[in-house]
Amino acid sequence: MNQAHISLQNLCYAYEEGAPLAVDSVSLDIRRGEFVALLGHNGSGKSTIAKLLNGLYTPTSGKVLVSGMDTADDRNTWEIRKRCGMVFQNPDNQIVATVVREDVAFGLENLGVPSERMPRLIDDALRAVNMLEFADRAPHLLSGGQKQRIAIAGILAMQPEAIVLDEATAMLDPSGRQEVLETALRLNRERGVTVVWITHFMEEAARASRVAVMYKGSLVMDGSPREIFSQVEKIRRFRLDVPPMTRLSAMLRERGVGLRADILTAEEMLEEVRALAHKA
Amino acid sequence: MLGDITLGQYYPVQSPVHRMDPRVKILLTVAFIVCVFLVGSPLGYVPVALYVALCSRAAGLPLKMMLRSLRPLRILLIFTFVLNLFFGAGSTEIFRLGFVRVTQEGLYNAIHFSLRLIFLVMGSSIMTLTTPPVTLTDGLESLVSPLKAIRFPAHEMAMMMTIALRFIPTLAEEADKIMKAQSARGADFTSGTLRQRAKALIPLLVPLFVSAFRRAGDLAMAMESRCYRGGEGRTKLHVLRAGRRDLIAALSMAGLFAVVLLMARYV
Repeated sequence: MNQAHISLQNLCYAYEEGAPLAVDSVSLDIRRGEFVALLGHNGSGKSTIAKLLNGLYTPTSGKVLVSGMDTADDRNTWEIRKRCGMVFQNPDNQIVATVVREDVAFGLENLGVPSERMPRLIDDALRAVNMLEFADRAPHLLSGGQKQRIAIAGILAMQPEAIVLDEATAMLDPSGRQEVLETALRLNRERGVTVVWITHFMEEAARASRVAVMYKGSLVMDGSPREIFSQVEKIRRFRLDVPPMTRLSAMLRERGVGLRADILTAEEMLEEVRALAHKA
Repeated sequence: MLGDITLGQYYPVQSPVHRMDPRVKILLTVAFIVCVFLVGSPLGYVPVALYVALCSRAAGLPLKMMLRSLRPLRILLIFTFVLNLFFGAGSTEIFRLGFVRVTQEGLYNAIHFSLRLIFLVMGSSIMTLTTPPVTLTDGLESLVSPLKAIRFPAHEMAMMMTIALRFIPTLAEEADKIMKAQSARGADFTSGTLRQRAKALIPLLVPLFVSAFRRAGDLAMAMESRCYRGGEGRTKLHVLRAGRRDLIAALSMAGLFAVVLLMARYV
């Protein structure tokens, strides 16, 4: 268990030969049970990394190891995809079947799981994302957030060790985003599933246990959300913004209010302001 | 305007016919079609009519549903009837009006062929009304899977049909959205000559196709991520199993066959 769950070693990737590198010498070790947010501006290479994690793309140079297995080796492809599931951005384009239950079954059918074992796995996966009562509905009638939770259930039924969510909330409304993020956090907390959460929403990244920042194909920052977001100036250089409360605290500090620099949430801000008021 | 696209004509009620194995339903429908072609005279349709009535009763299908299935065929039916009636061969004239003449044989054929058409459609719509399209696809896949031996892509065909069914509502919704966006910019889809209207569809179809291709790329990636690698070694959530009710249905069809053959010979 000491070894990294997902390990990127000097990873480079170019879409075509001679094209500029979309991912440029990235090294990153993700431990088992971590919730890592991969942040980056458009075109920073974060989605390319997602597709390198389960062998959809193979590295131009360098290595990706999932539980010690090299994604470049064809013999590992299916085992890696079984262990490291992936949820994509567009909820409509990843649902295969016309009934929710059958869509969740899709991965199990592909793995050749015996039919009589499927219903239990499917119910379990749907329960884990709070969608059991929708099992017999048609997916096109569900909301975006519900569709994404179905996509997560489809992965979960295969009992993966890691889930990569590639901007899974980018096309959702605020409540849908909240639903999907809470689901991923809960799976990480309760089932110990390693989560790689790719996003450009700062307030989502603030909930992760670790934040990695990509800029123009390179990994430029890596640390806890507090460490990362307290560096407001640096973050801005990478064409990103800090979470709203961190920004507020930075603005107040500029005017001489004695607040902490690493405030992430509204609750922390409230606490801090109360403490300040108490002192005064 | 595209919102009311329904998938097939499935009529969702609970009945023994709904629960039948789709494979048996497909085979029996084929048998029924053969049976209808074996009927030799208009009188021979009496047992066929009784059988259709019995089946639709067992399937809980109201008469209205059954008659509605004939609606798309009404023009063909009128043609069949009129052409046979007025331009049929034969010599025993009933009456004559200018160059049009109606013969006994013509009248006989008109009734015979119209009834044949009506029962063919009614019989097969019992299958489509009681089986969801996806189940039908499953049945079809299972039935043609022996042809895999001669490299017939049975699984791929079924997968394509399932995905097509899945994406019809999604693409219909998108077409609707594009149409509204174009209309808001002054496009006119509803008036003008046929040629003009066909031309007006181009700005609708181009973005629709572009998006369909993008969706196909996304879906392929999502399917691969979920370990899809063709039909080899794949299991199924729903295992098709023929039971007693399927046997009963098959026996009843055999009965119909016997009656129709006997009538063709002796009546």
